[in-house]
Amino acid sequence: MTHTFVPILLMLLFAVVVAGTILGLNSVIGRHQRNPSKLAPYESGVPLLDQNRKRMNVRFYQIAMLFILFDIEAAFLYPWAVIYRGASHGPSGLFLFTEMLLFIALLGVGYVYVWKKKAFDWK
Amino acid sequence: MNPWMHYLLWPCIKFAIAITIVLTVVAGMTWIERRLLGLMQARLGPNRVGPQGLFQIIADPIKLLMKEDIMPSAAEKVVYVLGPMIPLLPAFLVFCLIPFGPPPAFAVTRVNVGLLLIVALTSTSVYGIILGGWASNNKYSLMGGLRSAAQMVSYEVPFGLSIVGVLMLCGSFDLVKIIEYQERHVWNLFPQLVAAFIFFVSMNAESNRTPFDLPEAESELVAGYHTEYSGMKFAFYMLSEYASMLVNSCLMTSLFLGGWTLSVGGYGVTTAALRSMGLLGGVIGAAIFFGKVMTLMLVYVWFRATFPRFRFDQLMDLGWKWMIPLALANIFVTGILILAAGTLKIGADTYWYGELALSIVGAAVLAFTLFLITRGRPAATVAARPTEPPKVIHASRVSEA
Repeated sequence: MTHTFVPILLMLLFAVVVAGTILGLNSVIGRHQRNPSKLAPYESGVPLLDQNRKRMNVRFYQIAMLFILFDIEAAFLYPWAVIYRGASHGPSGLFLFTEMLLFIALLGVGYVYVWKKKAFDWK
Repeated sequence: MNPWMHYLLWPCIKFAIAITIVLTVVAGMTWIERRLLGLMQARLGPNRVGPQGLFQIIADPIKLLMKEDIMPSAAEKVVYVLGPMIPLLPAFLVFCLIPFGPPPAFAVTRVNVGLLLIVALTSTSVYGIILGGWASNNKYSLMGGLRSAAQMVSYEVPFGLSIVGVLMLCGSFDLVKIIEYQERHVWNLFPQLVAAFIFFVSMNAESNRTPFDLPEAESELVAGYHTEYSGMKFAFYMLSEYASMLVNSCLMTSLFLGGWTLSVGGYGVTTAALRSMGLLGGVIGAAIFFGKVMTLMLVYVWFRATFPRFRFDQLMDLGWKWMIPLALANIFVTGILILAAGTLKIGADTYWYGELALSIVGAAVLAFTLFLITRGRPAATVAARPTEPPKVIHASRVSEA
């Protein structure tokens, strides 16, 4: 079944070429009137007050870590969800359901812990 | 059939047609949005270029192409150029995978893990935004990029979890099979009402649209992650935003609104009925699909005209404290009902009971949740507000207190 992926690869190449061409065209036919103050970082029209890369709130990284945790949960749920209905008529239906319930319960404990630790609060 | 013809030429032709339609819709959408917003805000909107300002959709790209291509002196050069390209590529690749009409003629390619691939591809667009924001070397860009990353990442989770309910009902990653399931039963919107609600909210947040357009909150962050971008690079960011709106509308149509079919329980405009009409049937199917997609696109514009922007903590609250538990509860309830139907040997003939039960439970849960969300702040936080100023204890007297 890999041959059905060939068009996607083709379109990836196509999209890269088209995007590159348009960007190149823009830099060729666009205006060329540059001066140092135009190329300076935008600061609402006043000279740069302080450095650009300042320290950022650590919560952004916290959210990223939580995201990995919960998105992997979703990724684990996908294959289970696809086979669940077919198996629910057979003897393994209850087993499959309990298994997923345990999985979600384990993550639920972590979820409650994170909530109580106020990781979701932006104050 | 000649394999070259089958695997190279045919997909290319179909992709050329699909991308033409998509680009037209995306370009037309900018005009429709501005005109509609004008209408809703009692002003005119663009009406100078061509009849009703329709040629604005050609004039805008030409103008952007002629603009100066600014590369800020402080920017990281390579990443700065890559930034606008990264979100554009997945947004266009996804259109290979979406079946616009009855297969095989109206989908560029049909992959057995289509939905998984679409979800994977669309979630990469956040890289472009955060890389572009970082590479611009500007504090507004960086802040907008980080906010955008946090927001998209937060809504990626309920987005992914809401799809699980549909997968449980339909039992396949193949969008064609999901649509064919819906034409035999009923639109997934009804038995998966909660999932559809979560999906809809998340897709608004994913494509950075109002009321979730915090990354480009112009009153706070100038223009967010594309503050430093001009000309075609800026256009690429805009293009990828509109393309991702279109992708999400197509996904919503396929997953919850029955795709190219208009049928309940196998009666109505089904795939078989469309196939019997030949090419005309296919065109009718694609027209139905685009009708549904355009309706959703108009809802986007309507939302933009109606809702004020969220505050960032409200946004995070909604994503993490409401959407995720709701999505998990939806999976749980769907699981119980499918299991009950399986154990009680309710076969394929009487699926109506299951779908009806799911619809009723879903509607009840959704109504209760909306009630809780719109009730305002919970009583606990109001009561916790101190009525008298807190007693100030000097640091040297802490031990006495």
